[in-house]
Amino acid sequence: MVTPETEVVDCDILICGGGMAGCGAAHEAAYWAKAKGLRVVLAEKAAIERSGAVAMGLSAINCYMGMKWGENQPEDFVRYVRQDLMGLSREDLVYDIARHVDSTVHMFEEWGLPFFKTPEGRYKREGRWQVMIHGESYKPIVAEAAKKALGEQNIYERIFISHLLLDKDDPGRVAGAVGFSVRDPKIYVFKAKAVICAAGGATQVFRPHAVGEGLGRIWYAPWNTGSVYKLMITAGAEMTQMEHRLVVARFKDGYGPVGMWFLLFKAVLKNAYGEEVEKKWADLLQEWLPYGGGKPIPTPLRNHQMIRDHLAGNGPHYLRTDQALQAMFAQVQNDPKKLREIESEAWEDFLDMTMSQALLWASDNVDPAKMPSEVVLTEPYLMGSHASGTGAWVSGPEDIAPKEYFWGYNRMTTVRGLFAAGDGVGGSAHKFSSGSYTEGRLAGKAAVAYIGDNPQAAAPEPDRIEEIKKTLFAPLEVYEKTRALVTRGEVNPEAINPKQALLRLQKIMDEYCAGQGAGYITNAPTLKRGLELLHVLREDLSHMAAADLHDLLRAWEVWDRYYCAEAHVRHVLFREETRWPGYYYRGDFPKLDDANWKCFSVSRFDADKNEWAVVKKPYVALLP
Amino acid sequence: MPTFVNPNKCDGCQALDRPACMYICPNDLMLLDKALGKAYNQEPDQCWECYSCVKTCPQTAIEMRGYADVVPLGARLAPLRGTDSIIWTVKFRNNETKRFRYPIRTTPWGSIEPFHGLVEPNIAELKNSSLCGQEKFLGVDKLPVIAP
Repeated sequence: MVTPETEVVDCDILICGGGMAGCGAAHEAAYWAKAKGLRVVLAEKAAIERSGAVAMGLSAINCYMGMKWGENQPEDFVRYVRQDLMGLSREDLVYDIARHVDSTVHMFEEWGLPFFKTPEGRYKREGRWQVMIHGESYKPIVAEAAKKALGEQNIYERIFISHLLLDKDDPGRVAGAVGFSVRDPKIYVFKAKAVICAAGGATQVFRPHAVGEGLGRIWYAPWNTGSVYKLMITAGAEMTQMEHRLVVARFKDGYGPVGMWFLLFKAVLKNAYGEEVEKKWADLLQEWLPYGGGKPIPTPLRNHQMIRDHLAGNGPHYLRTDQALQAMFAQVQNDPKKLREIESEAWEDFLDMTMSQALLWASDNVDPAKMPSEVVLTEPYLMGSHASGTGAWVSGPEDIAPKEYFWGYNRMTTVRGLFAAGDGVGGSAHKFSSGSYTEGRLAGKAAVAYIGDNPQAAAPEPDRIEEIKKTLFAPLEVYEKTRALVTRGEVNPEAINPKQALLRLQKIMDEYCAGQGAGYITNAPTLKRGLELLHVLREDLSHMAAADLHDLLRAWEVWDRYYCAEAHVRHVLFREETRWPGYYYRGDFPKLDDANWKCFSVSRFDADKNEWAVVKKPYVALLP
Repeated sequence: MPTFVNPNKCDGCQALDRPACMYICPNDLMLLDKALGKAYNQEPDQCWECYSCVKTCPQTAIEMRGYADVVPLGARLAPLRGTDSIIWTVKFRNNETKRFRYPIRTTPWGSIEPFHGLVEPNIAELKNSSLCGQEKFLGVDKLPVIAP
């Protein structure tokens, strides 16, 4: 094996991840850093032109207030998020994103992102919070701005960040990060006074619907491996709501978006017998008051209705695209030009962001105006930007955060100098692409302010760097040591490859932690058994073998997902209630329990002792 | 559907440091087969069908074939991405064909000046809640605030 060389990069601020949150952090930090003469660098495991969850494109911006037209105010958004999350969100963080997000969206338009417009010149709404875009090039446009803001020499692409570094004299303070190139045998040591964790949430922690060639056809980007959580967990940052997973209803097998069909085209979800699921199971909502009585129906409760209908033997479930389109065609009196516009919009929703669904429709000869399409619930995801709130426990903004939620710098975690944004921030959902970018901006500015007050150079522990460097390439050594044990192939008595490890992780999580295959249900004994299996898996992960740098990347991504999985199981075990039916059920605590559990769960992992502690922290309402 | 590479079209991007598909793939899937001088997808079951490589390939050598365990054979979905719009051709299994054209960008590529027209950063503003360019982009005069 080639001995890797090491490059040390000295900077002031390191941004880990160049997706929407990372590009927002780059933009804002670069602006303020100029005044302070600071160096900001960004490390990304792919190429930022097409990286992160928006790499493929998007057909809508799902978080936009429209304050300049008086459409919505931040308070309205806080109330909406509170309702959708069954009462629990960090309302200071949600409000903060809402009050800033319009400026981000207007900036995107100036840069060249095409928007659908109404005849009056407003953005065309898909729903109350969503505006429609022609978003094929959303990410390349945002990336171009980030590159211009930082300077291309400060963007390190194809670098996988695996560990954060802490200060040698103060382990409560961040001092940089270590990673490796996925192109050359080379290790990177970034020394930084502040680090912004802006990487993605976690996919493929759970076994998806397709496990053959279609393993990667999941709803959220498969390259989002939960780095953002693993980096912060292993650095000892407090994490919140790690139990608050996301399960969404999507077109079956292609995972195509349904939002536009529901919101804009007014399509209805019906079961095989033509019954409207929401109406048939309306009474179920009464068991989940007060949230079940509010509007809109929270995402988990809509899932819950679908699950109950499925258990009653009424599947498959169909989104009645046929009825919706026929109604729209009638509205425009079958004017051929307007029909063509409607058809074009319907297909663009897929072609901007989930081309697989368009291909699947073409393969199945689906004409959405003539036949409905099946909808199913996905496997669970861990993410903080959609209708779920896993992530770091961070400080809120000084001017609005209650005292319980403020410790000096906006979006700073409980490790000093370590900031988070996007999927990485917990308890603050519904930010989507625009809100994640905005949160990156908030963290970017706050990191500059932090360095202004804490200008001393970063001093990571040299022994720790050496220790990490040894571990980084260990899977390549395992491969070299074990390959001669077999004639050829992947069956080895002393090693497993990263894909084998991933599939084992997914199987454990699916079966023991309320995966899709387990009907989204679990209980304490099942979770404890799952933890035992995870711990044995963890031992075996040190026997992961990597034949090349690509395998090495996959091996470290398995470690990302492992830490996400363990955090998730521990949090699900801790919260003794069912807060989000339709996301998961605690069979042993099947009800919502506001009296005991209207609070945040917050965990901390002690890497030295390999111990987890989970506690409750109070929920404080920002609004009546 | 995971990508596959047409050997008659792919030239391995010999003029570049590495193939364009290998540069752009968000999941590190496209790889140059050095002996063959052509690219291939090294891990099809981790392909998201994001089409980043298809759109960027200078030879239009990369296509998709639907996931074998999910998608019937016979359909085809191909983009042609220009500087301001993209054209998609959808060919159905029954040979029906649809074509759509969508805008992708309203300004020239490379034209973004991220801080153009913004005031110079002011250290005195570093601790307040404003973000850069707020006066130009927020759309309302005052940043909303609510007492804790």
